Amino acid sequence: MSKSSDNLIEIRDLDYSRGSRPIFRGLNVTIRRGEVTAVMGPSGTGKTTLLRLITRQLLPDNGVVLVDGVDIGTLSQTELYRMRQRFGMLFQNGALLTDLSVFENVAFPLREHTRLTNRLIRHVVLTKLHAVGLRGAADMMPRELSGGMARRVALARAMVMDPEILIYDEPFVGLDPISMGVIVRLVRRMNDALGISSILVSHDVQEISTVADCSYLISDGKVAASGSPQELHTATSDLVRQFMHGMADGPVAFHYDAPDYEEQLLGRDAD
Amino acid sequence: MQQTRSVELGTGLFVLLGIGALFFLTTQTTGGDDFRASEVYEVQARFQNVGSLKRRAPVSMAGVTIGRVTGVEFDGDSLEAVVTFVIDRQYDRIPDDSDASVLTSGLLGSQYIGLQPGGSDMYLEEGSEIMFTQSAVVLENLIGRFLVRDSDDASE
Amino acid sequence: MTLVREVYETLVEFVRTFGAFILFFVELLVHTPRAVFGRFRLIVAQVHNTGTLSLVIILVCGLFVGAVLGLQGFANLQRFNAEDTVGTFAAFALVKELGPVITALLFAGRAGTALASEIGLMKATDQLSAMEMMAVNPVSRVVVPRFIGGCISVPFLTAGFSAIGLFGAYLVAVVLLGVDVGAFWQQMQQTLSIKDVEEGIVKSILFGGAASLIAVWEGYNCIPTAEGVGRATTRTVVITAIVVLVVDFMVTATYL
Repeated sequence: MSKSSDNLIEIRDLDYSRGSRPIFRGLNVTIRRGEVTAVMGPSGTGKTTLLRLITRQLLPDNGVVLVDGVDIGTLSQTELYRMRQRFGMLFQNGALLTDLSVFENVAFPLREHTRLTNRLIRHVVLTKLHAVGLRGAADMMPRELSGGMARRVALARAMVMDPEILIYDEPFVGLDPISMGVIVRLVRRMNDALGISSILVSHDVQEISTVADCSYLISDGKVAASGSPQELHTATSDLVRQFMHGMADGPVAFHYDAPDYEEQLLGRDAD
Repeated sequence: MQQTRSVELGTGLFVLLGIGALFFLTTQTTGGDDFRASEVYEVQARFQNVGSLKRRAPVSMAGVTIGRVTGVEFDGDSLEAVVTFVIDRQYDRIPDDSDASVLTSGLLGSQYIGLQPGGSDMYLEEGSEIMFTQSAVVLENLIGRFLVRDSDDASE
Repeated sequence: MTLVREVYETLVEFVRTFGAFILFFVELLVHTPRAVFGRFRLIVAQVHNTGTLSLVIILVCGLFVGAVLGLQGFANLQRFNAEDTVGTFAAFALVKELGPVITALLFAGRAGTALASEIGLMKATDQLSAMEMMAVNPVSRVVVPRFIGGCISVPFLTAGFSAIGLFGAYLVAVVLLGVDVGAFWQQMQQTLSIKDVEEGIVKSILFGGAASLIAVWEGYNCIPTAEGVGRATTRTVVITAIVVLVVDFMVTATYL
C-alpha cells in the first residue's frame, strides 16, 4: 500500500530504439510523490525521449510505464487523455500556441476541458500568470516574449489545470542567469506550495543540485547512477565524476566513433 | 476583440460575395428553363431526319416556347425518328393538323421544334401524334444539292 | 540487384504513405462533425484565412483571364464571323474549366502553402505535442478547422473567379471591341445550361477538398525542421496541381 502511494511513476525494464539505434536498454526509474526528480545525462542519451515515453507520446518496445500503478500502454485514447490532464508539461521552448495571446494560451486548457464562465477563467488565468510574475504580459503575443518569459507563460499554462505532475524538458537551456534563477525558484516553489511532483530533465548540474531531491544519471541506455545530488557529487564512478565535474574526456569519449585518425589522413582513398 | 470583429466581418463579406457570384453564374449565364410548366401533355411526331435535335430542346409556336422535347428515339420498323415532347397544359387548343418541323436557331445555333398551326377543329391532346412533319435541313445536303444544280446549269 | 531492391522499397514506402494518408483522412472525417458544432469560430477564422485573404489575388487573376479570353475569343471567332459568340466561348471556358482549375492552383499557392507551413511550424515548435499533452487532439483542434475552412472557401473563390472573369471578357469584348451587348449575353444564355454551371461547382468542391486535404496532410506529416517545412510547402503545390488536373479530367469525362 505504501509502495503505490509513494511511487507515482515507475518505469520497469524499458527498451526503446529509434530505427536500428537502441536508446534505452532495460531502464528502471522510480519517481516518488511530492519530490523533484531530476533526469540528467549527456546530450543524445534520450532524455526528452524518456519524457515522451512517460506521457505516452511514444510507446516503448518492451517494458512498462506505470502511473499510479496503471500501465499507460493499455489505456484507450479517452483514458489516456484523462490521464494526461493530470500532467502538466513544459516544453523546451515553451511551445506556446503562436496564434493566441498569452492570456488565451494559459486559458487554452480551461476552454478546452471545462465549462467555466469567462469571469472564472479570467480569474484563474490571472492568478496563474501572477504566480509566474507575468500578469502584466497577459495581452502580449508569444512572439513578443523573451525566451525566459515564454517559458514562464508555458509554466503558468502547465499549471492551470492544477496537475499532479509537472514535467520540465530542459527548463534552463539558453537562459540568462537571472531568468534561470527565476525558473529554478519557481520549480521548487510550485512543487512545495502545490504539493505536486516534478520531473526535470536537464544537464545543468549546478541548478539541479539546488532544486532536485533525487536525480538519475542516464548513460548508454541505462541508469548509471542515482541518488541525491550530493551523493552523485561525491560518487567515485568515472562516468559520474566526468559528468558532474564536466571533464572533456572519460568514459563518454570526446571523439565520436571514427576510423583511425592517422590512417584516414595519410591513407589512400579507402573505398 | 476588435480583431475578431474584423475577421468575422471579412468572412461574412467573403461568403456573401461568393454566394452572389454563384447566384450570378446560375441565373445570368444560363438560359435556365424558360419553360416551366407544372401541367403538361405529351405529344409525338415522326421525322425522317431530326438532325442534331436533343432532349430538352424547346418546342415553340410563333416564336414562343410552349414545350420541351423529352425524348428522341429511333423506330426500327419504320426507320424514322420518333420525337416525344411535352406542351404546357394551358395551350390546349392547338389544332391537331398542325405541322411540326425541326428548325435551327441562327446559322450555327441549336435545333428546336417549331409548330405551324393548321385549321382543324380538333385539338392536340395527351398521346396525340402530329401527322405533318418536316425534317431538319441538313446543311451538307443543302450544299450538295446546290452544287449539283450548279453543275447541271454549267453542263446545259 | 540493388535496383530491384530500391524499386521494391520505394513501392512499399509509397503504399505505406498512401495507407497513412487514407487513415489520416478517416481520422479527419471522424473529428469533423464535432468541430463543425464545437469549433465554429475556429472554422470562421480559417475561412477568413484561406478565403478572404485569397480573394484579391483570385479576383485580379480572374479579371485578366477573362479579359484574355475576350481578346482571344474575339480575334479567333472573327474569322468565322462569329464574334457574337465570344460570350459563350468565355463562359464555357470559365465556368467549366478555367475557373475551377486556376482557382484551385492559385489556392494551393496562396492558402495551401500557408496551411502546410503553419501546421509544419506548429509541429516543429512542439505546439502540436503541447496540445497532445494538454489532452487536446491536434487533428481536431488544428487540422479539421483548416480543412473545413479550405473546403468552404474554394467553391466561393471559384464562383468569384468565374463571375469576375465574365466581367473581364465583357469589358474587352463589348466595351473595347464593340461586340453587341445583347448578343454577348443572349448567346451565352442560350448555349450554357444549368448543367455546365453544376459541373463547375462540382469541380470546385472536389478541388477545394483535395487542395485543403493535401495541404494539411503535408503540414501535419512534415519532418519538423526548417528544411522539412520548406519541402512540405513545395510538395503541397506540386501534388495539388497534379491531383487537381487528374480529377479535372475525370470529372469532365463523366460530364460528357
